[in-house]
Amino acid sequence: MCAAIVEVKHLTKRFGDFTAVDDISFDIGEGEILGLLGPNGAGKTTTIQMLLDLVTPSSGSIHMFGLDLNAHRETILGRVNFSSTYISMPFSLTVEENLRVVAKLYGMNDVGRRIEEVVKILEMEEFRHKVTRKLSSGQMTRLALAKAILTEPKILFLDEPTASLDPDIAHKIRGVLKEVRQSSGLSILYTSHNMREMEEMSDRIVFLQRGKLVAQGTAQEIVEKFGQQDLEEVFLKLAREQVIR
Amino acid sequence: MKWHRIDALISRHLYLYKRSLPRLMEIFYWPFLDLVVWGFITVYLMKFQGQIPGVVTFFLGALILWDVLFRAQQGITISFLEEIWARNLMNLFASPLKPSEFLVATMALSVFKVTAVSVVMVVAALIFYDYNIFKIGLSLIPFVFNLLVSGWTIGVLTTSLIMRFGQEAEVLAWGMVFLFQPVSCVFYPIEVLPKWLQAVAWANPAAHVFEGMRAVISTGAVPPTHLAWAAGLNLLYLALMVAWFHHTFAVCKDRGSLVRIGE
Repeated sequence: MCAAIVEVKHLTKRFGDFTAVDDISFDIGEGEILGLLGPNGAGKTTTIQMLLDLVTPSSGSIHMFGLDLNAHRETILGRVNFSSTYISMPFSLTVEENLRVVAKLYGMNDVGRRIEEVVKILEMEEFRHKVTRKLSSGQMTRLALAKAILTEPKILFLDEPTASLDPDIAHKIRGVLKEVRQSSGLSILYTSHNMREMEEMSDRIVFLQRGKLVAQGTAQEIVEKFGQQDLEEVFLKLAREQVIR
Repeated sequence: MKWHRIDALISRHLYLYKRSLPRLMEIFYWPFLDLVVWGFITVYLMKFQGQIPGVVTFFLGALILWDVLFRAQQGITISFLEEIWARNLMNLFASPLKPSEFLVATMALSVFKVTAVSVVMVVAALIFYDYNIFKIGLSLIPFVFNLLVSGWTIGVLTTSLIMRFGQEAEVLAWGMVFLFQPVSCVFYPIEVLPKWLQAVAWANPAAHVFEGMRAVISTGAVPPTHLAWAAGLNLLYLALMVAWFHHTFAVCKDRGSLVRIGE
């Protein structure tokens, strides 16, 4: 594996008596796609929120580019971006206006050129002047991804990025992400409930269950560890265990 | 503090005003309506001009200045609410944007809002009631600036409460400022308050501003004591509220509620 660009050590998050993330450690190499897998409530979203400094960890450390997130928030977040199905963008602005605001927020130069590139990559020409409120869910997801790659981040956190897309667009998006990763050495942390997508996209997978890291490795290694046929069976086994307990 | 991030937030809100009729109404329609209603009351009170000298200047002037405070507060609180309504807080605070830059941007937006509202009201008062607020003179400027800062202080307080208690507290965006109105002595002198409430009012910078404004109208001279008290109290309260905003922000991050506001 390449040098670690993200290092998470003993990360824990407690909300009162409830432990959402329980002493997890993992790293992401440069240009690597790491899948974060687990049933609902496993702690995936809380982990991403801590990586984005939106939630303060109870204990543990997060380093990116060799810098401590707690001490170098501004530098780190300027080189990181994210996309999630669970957020939105200002509805009354057009797609292009939203992208311009994001570009300013990250202090980008040559904004026009970069917007042109991203609009082309994600095939957004037909709705770039449309007000965000009028976008379909698929177009909205593409805008969220455009916002994420616009700033040319070195690390991308993607929380179910293809959840509301039809298979054709989802396939194209996966292609775009692979291309961007190839061309720019982008590292990606990826969550999805689509097991085929996880196998296709991820170099390695971290499996969370009730906040604990229960397995990490390639998809094949995880399948073998749990003695199942495929990743979907592993997922079902762990999800049902979580429900029964 | 980076200007490009403050500029990004200002642009985001100016884009919003460009095509939103309800938001433009907030600037033009409501202040104008306020002025019309209070204008007629003032026209009626002019019949008693002998008993209340300078009634027009008192009432219309006070109304315009009260709106400075109200819109300054709203400029901050509504900008925060806009981010909640658009589910955009995560996008902002997962970027390098600092909470202090967010506050500076909303303060700049409140200056824009206050300027727009003031122009509407000053022009309307001139056209419909032949009232020129600048007759009070240049001494108005430091008082206006103090009201702006009072509005920011109440705005930061309200925003912190909404951030802490979530969307159910959003009604405070419209109501909080009126909690301060009785002790701001906008339309009446401080001496009409009961003694114990006078003590509370003297701790309110806005009361010093309105008392000061009345003194300017009556005597033509700027009362330096009122101005100094208003400025001193404003600086103290604003510093305290900004510190409390940062504390609330940290508490919300710790409790995970920052990412859940608006859900």
